[in-house]
Amino acid sequence: MNFDDTPQEAEFRATARAWIGANAPKQYEDELRKSSLGRTALKNANILDVAKAWQKKKADAGWACLHWPKEYGGRGSSPIERVIWQQEEGPFGQLSRMFIIGHGMCGPTMMAFAREEHKRAYLPPLASGEKVWCQLFSEPAGGSDVAGLRTRAEKDGDDWVINGQKIWTSGAHYSDYGILLTRTDPTVPKHKGLTMFFLDMKSPGVEVRPIKQASGASDFNEVYFTNVRIPDHQRLGEVGDGWNVSLTTLMNERSAIGAAVSTGFPELFEYCASLMLDDGPAIEDRAVRSKLANWAAKASGLKYTSMRAISALSKGERPGPENSIGKLVAGSMIQDVATYALDLQGASGVVSGEEAELAGRFQAMLLRAPGTRVEGGTDEIMRNIIAERVLGLPGDIRVDKDVPFNKIPTKGRG
Amino acid sequence: MNFDFSDDQKQLRDQARKFLAEKCSPKAVRVVLDGKAPYDKDLWKGLAEMGFLGVAIPEEFGGAGAGHLELCVIAEEMGRANAPVPFSSTVYLAAEALLIAGGDAQKKKWLPAIASGEAIGTLALFEGKGNPAPKNVKLTAANGVLNGVKKPVADGAIADFAVVAARTGSSGRDSDVSLFLVDLKAGGIEVKSLTNLDPTRGQAEITFKDVKAEPLGAAGEGWSILTQVLDRAAVLCAFEQVGGSDRALEMGRDYALDRIAFGRQIGSFQAIKHMLADMYVSATLARSNSYYGAWALSTNAGELPEAAAAARISATQAFQHCAKNNIQVHGGMGFTWEFDCHMYYRRANAMALGLGSLSYWEDQLIDRMRKKNAA
Repeated sequence: MNFDDTPQEAEFRATARAWIGANAPKQYEDELRKSSLGRTALKNANILDVAKAWQKKKADAGWACLHWPKEYGGRGSSPIERVIWQQEEGPFGQLSRMFIIGHGMCGPTMMAFAREEHKRAYLPPLASGEKVWCQLFSEPAGGSDVAGLRTRAEKDGDDWVINGQKIWTSGAHYSDYGILLTRTDPTVPKHKGLTMFFLDMKSPGVEVRPIKQASGASDFNEVYFTNVRIPDHQRLGEVGDGWNVSLTTLMNERSAIGAAVSTGFPELFEYCASLMLDDGPAIEDRAVRSKLANWAAKASGLKYTSMRAISALSKGERPGPENSIGKLVAGSMIQDVATYALDLQGASGVVSGEEAELAGRFQAMLLRAPGTRVEGGTDEIMRNIIAERVLGLPGDIRVDKDVPFNKIPTKGRG
Repeated sequence: MNFDFSDDQKQLRDQARKFLAEKCSPKAVRVVLDGKAPYDKDLWKGLAEMGFLGVAIPEEFGGAGAGHLELCVIAEEMGRANAPVPFSSTVYLAAEALLIAGGDAQKKKWLPAIASGEAIGTLALFEGKGNPAPKNVKLTAANGVLNGVKKPVADGAIADFAVVAARTGSSGRDSDVSLFLVDLKAGGIEVKSLTNLDPTRGQAEITFKDVKAEPLGAAGEGWSILTQVLDRAAVLCAFEQVGGSDRALEMGRDYALDRIAFGRQIGSFQAIKHMLADMYVSATLARSNSYYGAWALSTNAGELPEAAAAARISATQAFQHCAKNNIQVHGGMGFTWEFDCHMYYRRANAMALGLGSLSYWEDQLIDRMRKKNAA
């Protein structure tokens, strides 16, 4: 049991560190380091521009999408090298969040299902950040129940004609391309009538409407499709096989481990160490200490759980469903931590902005936290995954499983 | 990086699990639970023969000299099997105190006896309610003669010797406490068994009346030695707790798969599935914190105090959580004497107190984190 690099890993780390040291946009380091969940905007620069510039620089020097094959713009690195890169990139890694959907999910799906000429044309500019991709899966009628989606794709000559609506599409407002899951046959059970495509987000008939979230920010969008035409050669996988294609996408989502999960704890600890309560420093208070200690043990538990996963990766094992626990634990922890931080301020906990202590850092965290518990699978879906795929308990009963999609009831009452 | 046990260590775990499955069935545990024996003597002998008692004791003192990672592996299995033997008091507390502070003659006398299963040891620290603290040590030592009462003392009624914390000064500082090594068969000692939450590991009250004792470690160093012993024991107990958590989770999972209600396996209801998923989560966090503790313990890293406290908190909570919800999954059967759920529930809640309460360790963790931040 040790935390040491192998000689090869140490060499990789040293090379990466030297390159990052010489090339990273250091003027933003402090701001990125201090940005907590719900707060990644830069004060005096457009974060997308900064992110694109950093990504391009990495791509030109061979540091983009480390685990992708070289011919598609990657580096062909091992999973452990990818983790070492993330550790060394530190706060600058936050800039990659703009590309996480494209790099983590759309790219691998393209690699598995697109034609070779499309892979060569579309993947390198995706890797280098010149083109941004989004993933068009969720719908108002299909959130956790992704296969319940209603967006229609109908064949018309060599094209498909798309009509419908997607929702919760991260980054659609600055995306160039997207992968799109549609229903091509409503007369068969829901998982069997789906087909996947990729499309140009500038196509006629695509309309992106940002959603203003509880936090006031707009990271997500609604996307409307009105007679949008997609050529058949942009289909990913067979007609009717869209569910399997989407599983590849979602499975790749899970392998994005190694990146530290935000828990809000370091922020809270730092805050309690300096905060004065009526009876003295917060960190001297018995009740505060008890809360902090419990969260400290959770945060370190998560940290070392991810170390164990990285260890398994380095031995060539694949990330399994047990990695769902990071998001499950961190999501509600962030929410509780933010609530508690405000509680410690008493009535003035409601105030945010320039006038407030910490300028509303924990308020922003509080308002963003509910999203963390929902996106990429709700807490409840995460628990189902653990119960079914780790512990081997029976799957949920799905009464619509064998029913043709157009016969599934759509309303609970009336 | 290899943040995992080695193949050899995993093999040792399999060996220990197999041995305990055979020699320490729930039926065997019940002999002690029902009060028919103070501990499982055959199992104790068997553990000695397998080399498990002396796994971390150096070869020159009769042990296997393997190391603390190996001891962690065994500890997990002891917890999984709910073994009714004085393993934690003898191996984590008494042996560790000797390894840290014992003189050569003391080590030569007691460590081989521990490894061979001839001597049971314990730590006599507590004196009624209260957490580990120098001010709570009232038993006095003057000119090597002890007077006072210790309780509860884990496995005190079956122990052959004890490491005793005694007051040797009145400065109000940590240096008021010194440690002594006492042969419990000596005169002037009165031992009384106490009724306790977990009869598979006994508790006793020990009264010392003018008992001659030899110092363990330097005078005035008692508290600093004790802190180290408690930290090391916290990591080792955490592994027992992780083993117990896993077993309780497994029992709950198996029952949820077997039991039918409303025409379905109860494990198909989300209320049950999610409860078991949460048990898995707490057991996993505890395991990961314990691995970090194991690394710190085996390398004697400066991070040990913080790692030990985090492992202690997380493993205590996980075992309590898993043992409690295992009963809930079992429904009415879960709290009968006949089902085994209560054995883990008792052990979980007894272990939560043995090295000082959760709030004590919470306090320790924050102190240690602050120290690290200040450094």
